[in-house]
Amino acid sequence: MTGTTVAPSAVLKPDAVRRSRLADPAVGIWLAAAAVIVLGWIVVALAGGQLLTRTNITIILSNSVALGLVAVGQSLVILTGSLDLSVAYLISLGTLVAAETMASGSVLTAVVAVLAMSAAAGLANGLIVTGLKVNAFIATLGTAFILRGWIEDNYTGPAGKVSASFQHLGYDRIGPIPVSIFLLAAVAAVLWFITRRTRLGHHMYATGGDEHAARLSGVRTRRTVVIAHVLCSLCVGAAALFLAARLGSGAPWAGTEARYDLDSIAAVVLGGTALAGGRGGVLGTLGGVLLLAVLDSVFNQLSIDPFFKNVVRGVVIIAAVALYARRGSRRTA
Amino acid sequence: MIRSRLWAPSALLLASALITSCSSDIPPDSPAGSKGAPDSGSDGKQSKFFDQAEYKKQLKLTRAAPEGPDGKPWEQMIEPKMADTAQYKKKGSGGIHLCFSNAGVFNPWRQVGLTTMKAEVKLHKEISEFTVLDAQGKDDKQISDIQELTGKNCDALIVSPNTTATLTPAVKEACGKLPVIVFDRGVETDCAVTFINPIGGYGYGAVAADFLIDKVKPKGKILALRISPGVDVLENRWSAGKAAFDKSELDVVDVKFTEGDPVKTKSVVADAISRHGTIDGVWMDSGATAVAAVEAFEDAGVDVPPITGEDQQDFLQAWKDKKLTAIAPTYPTFQWRTPVIAALKILDGKQVPKKWKLPQPTVTEDNLDQYLKAGMPPLHYAMCGCENLPGFPEAWGKK
Amino acid sequence: MTTATAVWRKRGTAALGAGAPVYALLAVLFAALALTNPDFYEPDRFLAFVKRTAPLVILAAGQYLVVVSGEFDLSVGAVVTAGVVVAAELYGSFPEAHWLVISLALLLAGAVAGLANGLITTFLRVPSFITTLGMMLILEGAVFYWAGGSPHGVLPEDFRILGRGSAFGWLPWAALACLAAGVLAVWLMRSDFGRTLIATGDSERTATLSGVRTHRVRVLAFVLSGVAAALTAILVGGFSGVSAQAGRGYEFEAITAVVLGGVALGGGRGSVVSAMAGAFSLQALFTLLNLQGVSGALESTVQGVIVIAAVGLGAANWSRLRRTRTRSSGGTPS
Repeated sequence: MTGTTVAPSAVLKPDAVRRSRLADPAVGIWLAAAAVIVLGWIVVALAGGQLLTRTNITIILSNSVALGLVAVGQSLVILTGSLDLSVAYLISLGTLVAAETMASGSVLTAVVAVLAMSAAAGLANGLIVTGLKVNAFIATLGTAFILRGWIEDNYTGPAGKVSASFQHLGYDRIGPIPVSIFLLAAVAAVLWFITRRTRLGHHMYATGGDEHAARLSGVRTRRTVVIAHVLCSLCVGAAALFLAARLGSGAPWAGTEARYDLDSIAAVVLGGTALAGGRGGVLGTLGGVLLLAVLDSVFNQLSIDPFFKNVVRGVVIIAAVALYARRGSRRTA
Repeated sequence: MIRSRLWAPSALLLASALITSCSSDIPPDSPAGSKGAPDSGSDGKQSKFFDQAEYKKQLKLTRAAPEGPDGKPWEQMIEPKMADTAQYKKKGSGGIHLCFSNAGVFNPWRQVGLTTMKAEVKLHKEISEFTVLDAQGKDDKQISDIQELTGKNCDALIVSPNTTATLTPAVKEACGKLPVIVFDRGVETDCAVTFINPIGGYGYGAVAADFLIDKVKPKGKILALRISPGVDVLENRWSAGKAAFDKSELDVVDVKFTEGDPVKTKSVVADAISRHGTIDGVWMDSGATAVAAVEAFEDAGVDVPPITGEDQQDFLQAWKDKKLTAIAPTYPTFQWRTPVIAALKILDGKQVPKKWKLPQPTVTEDNLDQYLKAGMPPLHYAMCGCENLPGFPEAWGKK
Repeated sequence: MTTATAVWRKRGTAALGAGAPVYALLAVLFAALALTNPDFYEPDRFLAFVKRTAPLVILAAGQYLVVVSGEFDLSVGAVVTAGVVVAAELYGSFPEAHWLVISLALLLAGAVAGLANGLITTFLRVPSFITTLGMMLILEGAVFYWAGGSPHGVLPEDFRILGRGSAFGWLPWAALACLAAGVLAVWLMRSDFGRTLIATGDSERTATLSGVRTHRVRVLAFVLSGVAAALTAILVGGFSGVSAQAGRGYEFEAITAVVLGGVALGGGRGSVVSAMAGAFSLQALFTLLNLQGVSGALESTVQGVIVIAAVGLGAANWSRLRRTRTRSSGGTPS
């Protein structure tokens, strides 16, 4: 993964951090999302439908929440030069823990339990990647397998019951805006602040841009990677809580059937974050998530064959990243 | 970092403050505490999905005679309790707009089913529009799909839920707005006008196990092959199979998951033969990998023991060609026809059963030839009741 | 340093530092299999084991070429599924087609998919993780869209012989195919192509400066991986017949096998034989868990722990050996 992209940035490393600010493709992806909305609106209107009804806006937004939460977390890990493939199983486990705790305890206990479990999983991921020096791809694939075994050994289907008060998180809205979008906004704001305005954030960019150089200039790269993993898993925990609120119970396949692992990575790179780390950010990721959600809604309106949807998604993802690569190259050239 | 710790709770506070002052799409009687995990009656070793009362009921239904027209099992019903639907009678003229929220078409069973349903729709000229939204196996998306369809001027909504528990809130919400028909998997609410499904997983598993108990000599070694853990329908099939084996003299030597992967199935069977010397019978919770299991015995150079499969074409073909001792309980795909028929009845104000139990025929040695149709694709499901539908057999993939 | 000597020295240490754990693991697993089930080493049982391992071994060899050049190929599972479905679909339309024609068509299609992966990755400079992820979505979607959800034809016996049958009545064709692929891969890695491939993965800049056409080398690696995946599709389709999910999960299994073999993700280190041994270890592990009667659900947990442990062990050896060497090329965790 690092092969093609690390080499040039290693050469330019003193400027890496500054350059990343200028090369922020977040604007591009938001423009693209806007373009897709307009185009989609026209196409759907030609087919005799309406894209931007009250219901549809609510649906597009609430469909963005779960993927959005996972993807902003994933952005942090990827920025730091790592990767997390265990998010899908962690979501499933999160919904189960949330629903089972709520069935017997209070909402607050459940929230704390899910977040604590997520943090522990993130810590484990981070320590395996940094301490055991296992490549992030394999490390998190391994933890994914471990979580999977745990889930399949202990659960035989939906379990637990989410309390009614907590379900408001999944279903309430203000006008067309689902309240869960505020959860996503809050989490994204916190992560944006961390990455752009704190020392930790600078360290993340530095570690992802060139770990060796970062370490030489005094960044505790290992600690940075571990923290990124913990923050990512906390976001995943938040996504699990949202899904639990929406589903009303825990589901062992909530995370895997929706392919949150690969979809979140796709959303992150769609948002302009470099897979090798060091470039990109949370805002771009949100744009990527919105674009995918709008596309889904347009496909729904046009009743497009689900298999064909995958083809379009694949093309969009590759094309977007190819465009970034072109723009990036013009700037460095 | 310190600031971020302060941010999170304050954001939560903000969010919760907003929650108190806004509209909600939660159905009024929220399902809190309505039903926990099914309990009681199990002997501790059984899966927590085992429900003794339901098990007994299904075994009784297997023996009951269905009501309804002969030769049209999709219109038959077992022990129906009719419900009045006059309130849903469609007023005014104009075509019917029928909507369907599908869990997905992620396996051949569902593909055959959807083809069958679309053909059934074509039979009825009064249906002017048929909208299908595909959730691609995602609970979250299906919730949104149902919300979307309720805002689309549908006259009736058919739902094939992806998961039992998790779609309950969404279905409840839809029930308040239009007549809802649920089929295949159920939901934990009875707000739907009718819930259509065949007898169920216990019936399936018991038929398969009873066949082996009948055909395999006492003390015989049984290999149980399952798709994957945690799927309620499949859990039910296995718990009924297990209950029957526990009472018999057969010895279940291995219970293995194949993930529906024929390669893994062949490995698992080969390993089982090598580990236990012989295998005297194979119980399967679904037919997708039955042929792979049969081939594994052939490849190991031993006779294929009595085996249970499903009504999938390739298995029926192998059964006939290789003269297997086999049985194929079914989870019939003809159940995809019934929701359309039910919707039209409801919109016409005619009575339908609150719980529409369909028969669950079994393919046996005696009626094998009736179900095995030459030239159908290998992953076709024979119990589709689709032979007289428009477009048969090309639409189902016959070349 | 000059690439040639550096590469050779690296390969020396690779055999010691990264290759050794996989052979130890394989030995332990085989010993455990012998203890669990002495029959395992009866010739026909063992050959049956080789037969069902062959697809993964070939896939691992193809994946190795891509990984050692510093890339990923996540599309191989989709190529396998697509291959089986396309073969069945072709037989549905042309039931009389010769098996060789269909097989060659599949290999060609695999090469084309690999070529697309390679060109997009090198010339459009899309990271291969994304290219092949997109290719996975495209292939799965397009093939099932074309087939209308599930394949229509049956794979005839003559097509299935390669995956299911045996030469001379005892030697599985799949084992021969696996051996041939192995010999070919070793020969490739000893040729100029192999040296430039490793040099490219080790440091693209250095390789370019010393005159290697890195783009061309990488594209070729992707093409070969696509062909290997198509061959796997022929074997898998032959082994177990038509299935709509023939290749599910193979991409992760192949990468796991390669990494178990001590090949570094990010490129430049590891040998193809170790990667193939990694595939054997993985399959031996599955078989052992199966024979031990480990609860089906816990299987994946054990698999996860062992993979992390094995790779962690490999990494530990590496860091000690490499500490004195250059650290700039391989230190990043991804």
